[in-house]
Amino acid sequence: MSDATIEGAPRATQPKSSLLVADPHTRRRHAAEARFRAYGLGAIVISMVMLVVLLFTILTGGIGAFRQTYLEIPVTLEDAQLDKNGNRDPADLGKVLTLTYGKLLQQSLEKVVADKGIAIADLSAKDLSGLISKEAPARLRDQVLANPDLIGQTITARVLVNGRIDGYYKGRVTMDSALRDANTSPAQLQLADALKAQGMLATKWNWSFLTSPDASDQRPEAAGVGIAILGSLYMMLVVLVLAVPIGVAASIYLEEFAPKNRWTDIIEVNISNLAAVPSIVFGILGLAAFINFGGLPQSAPIVGGLVLTLMTLPTIIIATRAALKAVPPSIRDAALGVGASRMQSVFHHVLPLAMPGILTGTIIGMAQALGETAPLLLIGMVAFVKNFPSAPPEGLFEPASALPVQVYNWTQRADPAFIERASGAIIVLLVFLLCMNVLAILLRRRFERRW
Amino acid sequence: MPVSWTLLIVLALAAVGYVVTRARAIAQAGGDVRRLHSRPSYHGWHAALLTALPALFLIAIWRFVQPSAEVTPLTPLALLLAAAGLAFALIRTAPGFRARNAVENMVKGLLILCSIIAILTTAGIVFSMLFETGHFFQKYSWQDFFFGTTWSPKFGGGSQLGILPLLWGTIYISLIALAVSVPIGLFAAIYMSEYASVRLRSVAKPAIEVLAGIPTIVYGLFALITVGPALRDWFAQPMGLGSSASSVMTAGLVMGIMLIPFVSSLSDDIINAVPQSLRDGALGLGSTQSETVRKVVLPAALPGIVGAVLLAASRAIGETMIVVLGAGAAARMDLNPFEAMTTITVKIVSQLTGDNDFAAPETLVAFALGLTLFVTTLVLNIVALYVVRKYREQYE
Repeated sequence: MSDATIEGAPRATQPKSSLLVADPHTRRRHAAEARFRAYGLGAIVISMVMLVVLLFTILTGGIGAFRQTYLEIPVTLEDAQLDKNGNRDPADLGKVLTLTYGKLLQQSLEKVVADKGIAIADLSAKDLSGLISKEAPARLRDQVLANPDLIGQTITARVLVNGRIDGYYKGRVTMDSALRDANTSPAQLQLADALKAQGMLATKWNWSFLTSPDASDQRPEAAGVGIAILGSLYMMLVVLVLAVPIGVAASIYLEEFAPKNRWTDIIEVNISNLAAVPSIVFGILGLAAFINFGGLPQSAPIVGGLVLTLMTLPTIIIATRAALKAVPPSIRDAALGVGASRMQSVFHHVLPLAMPGILTGTIIGMAQALGETAPLLLIGMVAFVKNFPSAPPEGLFEPASALPVQVYNWTQRADPAFIERASGAIIVLLVFLLCMNVLAILLRRRFERRW
Repeated sequence: MPVSWTLLIVLALAAVGYVVTRARAIAQAGGDVRRLHSRPSYHGWHAALLTALPALFLIAIWRFVQPSAEVTPLTPLALLLAAAGLAFALIRTAPGFRARNAVENMVKGLLILCSIIAILTTAGIVFSMLFETGHFFQKYSWQDFFFGTTWSPKFGGGSQLGILPLLWGTIYISLIALAVSVPIGLFAAIYMSEYASVRLRSVAKPAIEVLAGIPTIVYGLFALITVGPALRDWFAQPMGLGSSASSVMTAGLVMGIMLIPFVSSLSDDIINAVPQSLRDGALGLGSTQSETVRKVVLPAALPGIVGAVLLAASRAIGETMIVVLGAGAAARMDLNPFEAMTTITVKIVSQLTGDNDFAAPETLVAFALGLTLFVTTLVLNIVALYVVRKYREQYE
């Protein structure tokens, strides 16, 4: 036995180390191990917490945009004021200015306050008239012009109230802040409370946020994302029509037909670099190429769509090539073996099999394009647009907004009520993105094939 | 609109061409399709492509060359070309005509054309910016632009347009963003690929990827309404470092959050590409898991991780909306991270939105800034892609 050779050596009375008790060095190493794991777990927890905080602040901040405070008061649409000639001629009716309707609403409100016996100290005439949104007369006028028979009747008008009053019921404005605010006063808020007690003022679900156009700086209560949704939709239409066929065609060539030479190498490096070019650079390109050189109009969805097309092309090409690559060569060989040409084997067999992957990549590319803001700022989409664009193709050349740009636009306004609107617009944007991504995941689940 | 009518007529002609030529080919074969070299539908496609393509190209080129001019001669010309194409195709139709080969060649030409659009985009970017940058340097000396330390554009002349303060803001914000995102992203990737159970991985990985799918304007708003005021009230004001909600720190932190998924998914790929045999060897020698990661996996993955960090840096430099909403607009060179500073992208946006006068250096400077940005990110990307590719080859 080899033990014999060390028989003379002094044996330690106690073992220096034991398998049962960890020595300090091992303990240190195990502590380091635990620390390392904790760092990793911490990193994941931090990123998930950030995601939750981000979504939570946007959702809680923006949910208010979907509720709006309305005032319902009886308004007598008198002939004497609105139709002096009494002939209901649209031309004559059109001459009556919004101002008249404003006075009408103000008189109606005064009457209601007097009838119901609402008495509030320090209530000035300005407080009373300021309760009603500046947008309300215009909407009443549109309502009357659309239906002249209303004149002479007493209707229950549902009018928007001032953004400050709306904010009061959403917790943004308090009696204290109203004291310091030039645009409202505690008396006005008390009046609103009194009207609410009478059941005339209520905060309700607000469809018009989704359908109405943007409103000017003074009337956040009327602002909506209607034009922005339409503009984004138009741009997505352009992207779908241009980016998908071009992207798929380019990938088919590069993946299936291109000879391996320097020229195709250049194209490939080019595409992977384009995918990483900052988006704002595409905005500069759009401004220089499409607007200054090409003479296309500013703020038009067609320009936005073209810029987003160029931006999404690399994404779509990369996804499509991956999908084509995933189709096994045996499929191609079998098609060629029974006498198909290369073109036939690609279009009849490879492309249909790669379609789910291509669609998924396309949807993800379009979701990216939908959320893109920076390039659209440069091509003038920030402009204030009050009129809905007409139907395509003419509508593509008319000014419109886009959802993310509308968000940016509202963050630049002074009234804090616009922040709520901006968060609301982001909720709309995120819902669209969520739908697109869910669609992509479903497509992948449903059609994905592994060979 | 006359153009869309022309388009419709051309397309209708092509459809007619398809039907007529197909019928003609069948008739020529006496109803026996086997006598044709190509199937009848190829004859039809041949006619349709010959009718539509030349006319469509003419319209496209015409619109591009003189877009504002009235299009009176265009419509008849395009229709004439379409008709000529159709006639030519009809004449060519014969049982022995190799219509399939002709169609396939045309389709291949179209495919090549589409793949060249990528090159054209790059060329367009470079030329549009080079052209306007050239104009800018005729009006403003390049030394003052690249080495000037003051940025104060004045519409009306006498503005100082030095890029250095903008460059400083860009670099400062990007460094903070990387300082946030690289450790968090890297540790998240390590934990997910080396430690996490399948269940945790199936929850955490998609959650982190959701962060990547959120548009940057959302991060921008987050910086503006949540992070900015919070940093000001809890850190900057108590420590007497400033009273501005928009600051380098705000933009850097939020951008860091945005970059986490970017760093983590890239590093995840790279760590997974390290061969299992290296890990097995290290574990077999008795090292703990963390020692394996720190002393074997990470050094092996280092080049790829460096590439990932470079890609993240190029993202950070080119990011726009977060800095527009979070960093402020004051061009200044300062070390205090709670001070508002500005970046190249912010100034591109502010110089090019609104009414532009394309003769003034104050507008043209945006193109010079854009070119600088483009070249910087391009160099970073090329280096990063080179490093990553080199690294992949090492283990293949």
